Amino acid sequence: MNLHEYQARALLKAAGVPVPDGDVASTPEEVERIAREMGGGVVVKAQVHTGGRGKAGGVKLAKDAAEARAVAEKILGMTIKGLTVEKVLVAPAAEITSESYVGMIVDRETQRPVLMVSPEGGVDIEDVAARTPDKIFKLTVDPRFGLMAYQAMSLAFELYDDLNQVRQAAAVMQRLYTAFVDAGASLAEINPLITDRDGTVVALDAKIAVDDNELERKPAIAALRDQSAEARSEVEAREAGLSFVKLDGNVGCCVNGAGLAMATMDLVKFYGGEPANFLDIGGSSNPEKVVTALKIIGSDPNVRCVLFNIFGGITRCDDVANGIVAARSQMSSELPLVIRLTGTNEELAVKILKDAGFSALTDMDEAVEKAVQVAMEAA
Amino acid sequence: MSVFIDGDTKLVIQGITGRDGSFHAREMIEYGTRVVAGVTPGKGGQTFGGSVPVFDTVAEAVAQTQANTSVIYVPARFAADAIFEAADAGVELVVCITEGVPVLDMTKVMLFLREKGTRLIGANCPGAISPGRSKVGIIPGQICAEGKVGVVSRSGTLTYEIIHQLSTNGYGQSSCIGIGGDPIIGTNFIDCLAAFEADPDTEAIVMIGEIGGTDEQKAAQYVADHVSKPVVGFIAGQTAPPGRRMGHAGAIISGSSGTAAEKMDALEAAGIGVMKRPKDVVPLLKERL
Repeated sequence: MNLHEYQARALLKAAGVPVPDGDVASTPEEVERIAREMGGGVVVKAQVHTGGRGKAGGVKLAKDAAEARAVAEKILGMTIKGLTVEKVLVAPAAEITSESYVGMIVDRETQRPVLMVSPEGGVDIEDVAARTPDKIFKLTVDPRFGLMAYQAMSLAFELYDDLNQVRQAAAVMQRLYTAFVDAGASLAEINPLITDRDGTVVALDAKIAVDDNELERKPAIAALRDQSAEARSEVEAREAGLSFVKLDGNVGCCVNGAGLAMATMDLVKFYGGEPANFLDIGGSSNPEKVVTALKIIGSDPNVRCVLFNIFGGITRCDDVANGIVAARSQMSSELPLVIRLTGTNEELAVKILKDAGFSALTDMDEAVEKAVQVAMEAA
Repeated sequence: MSVFIDGDTKLVIQGITGRDGSFHAREMIEYGTRVVAGVTPGKGGQTFGGSVPVFDTVAEAVAQTQANTSVIYVPARFAADAIFEAADAGVELVVCITEGVPVLDMTKVMLFLREKGTRLIGANCPGAISPGRSKVGIIPGQICAEGKVGVVSRSGTLTYEIIHQLSTNGYGQSSCIGIGGDPIIGTNFIDCLAAFEADPDTEAIVMIGEIGGTDEQKAAQYVADHVSKPVVGFIAGQTAPPGRRMGHAGAIISGSSGTAAEKMDALEAAGIGVMKRPKDVVPLLKERL
């Protein structure tokens, strides 16, 4: 789960990282009021879960409250990479004398948290890594001991010459580590970490991605989820315990298991079709999950055909069959279904489906090819 | 022969009285796995299925039954602790089926396991099966057949699909290992490739990967440098959009690394036969055996 910048800033502030003032607003009037209270120039920043906000025109400076309002009128409601801007962050315009990067990630290779810093801040760190890898400094952290002061200092010396700034940056890194662990993050970064006109080290922008597996034990973090930033179908799916990602094609896919779901999408493409979604109904599926899944897929107006691909292990084919029959009786549309079931209780499932007037296939390729054909004919 | 589990595997099941644990305990016993103990705190002294003693702790179970392998079916919030407990009790292999273990917990788990010399398979995996010898986890026994193909996979049901293709076309398996789809896992492709290469009863290897990370690319390099047996591979997620998580926490494409195309190219460059779809596993193996 990604947090918005204003949420990430608040978590860093609570951990003791120096963060400039700032307030979040969802109307131009609020923006004007906040800017007036701050006095002087401000920056208005779109709060959406994507990078490249600046390039897309979602980050603008304003010299006073009136201009802030005008800028906010443009930014609020605009679309950046398919996401509508519902909120903006208003913060005092900073006078920047240097920009660095400081980030914490969980590294798959070392299987530990890694602190990454660069004196090249304010730009995409992946670009820095590709262009000038020698400008990135890394340190592997032992999670049993945390980020120790001397370790943070050793990297802070790569960012600043002034000892006072080195000490400030080291403190920021240790506090960033604390916020990273406390939030259950898989990534927490400050980009840029700036020095202002007085030479003070300040976190100007913050990004935190939380490990979804942490949400159950961190209800305060889970409460930060912004449902308006996600497609409604994805929210509905998550609440039903389904894993769903909407795509642009017309062959709806309902599969058990993430790997098989991806392979099914790939096979749709292989046979000349386009998948409408990724959907994993999960392990021990009950019929209600299947009903919800079919409802979510069916609500996409692009979908011309729904393909079921079930390999029964823990998932019982008869459960899925019962779900399909129940869902069909509740649905108004006559969306064609192509069903492939094999594995646990396959015979029982085929009988349930036959009795309800459906036919079922057992071969994956045959089913996918047929679904693509049905979708093409209906398109 | 087989890898990681065989007829000498003496299994303790953590969470044996739970909904998933009890179901799969019966399946494993029926398959012929030597299930010697179960653990559920507070239920020590009971017996499961009329023959398997239940203990309060893994340490007691190991002391009483000499279990050398553990399988974990406990809920996600207890799973990291269960792995620590099993390793501390001295089992050689821990297989964690549970999905949803926080990645920061895994960073600590892995350090502890390394100190103890314990191998972990998973978490968030279907486990392992050596057909005809032992099954530890949830891979359906009836789709497997005894034979000479080693299978290693990051996925669950996709693995079953490919095993099904193999078995119905006369290619039995020496062992099938589901390594799991999380960003931090105990046993990776290279560990399994090395084990299959060393196993005299494995003649060919099938590896099933997916988008996200660079494990498949590293595995491909390992195959080029160290594996003499024929390898065929599949990568799921060719149609997945970047930046979106496809179910598995590990299945997300970030930046320029981890795409299916990049992984398929790496496999191809290492001389691995690359399947375009699961069905291709049979003709590709036939060409190489």
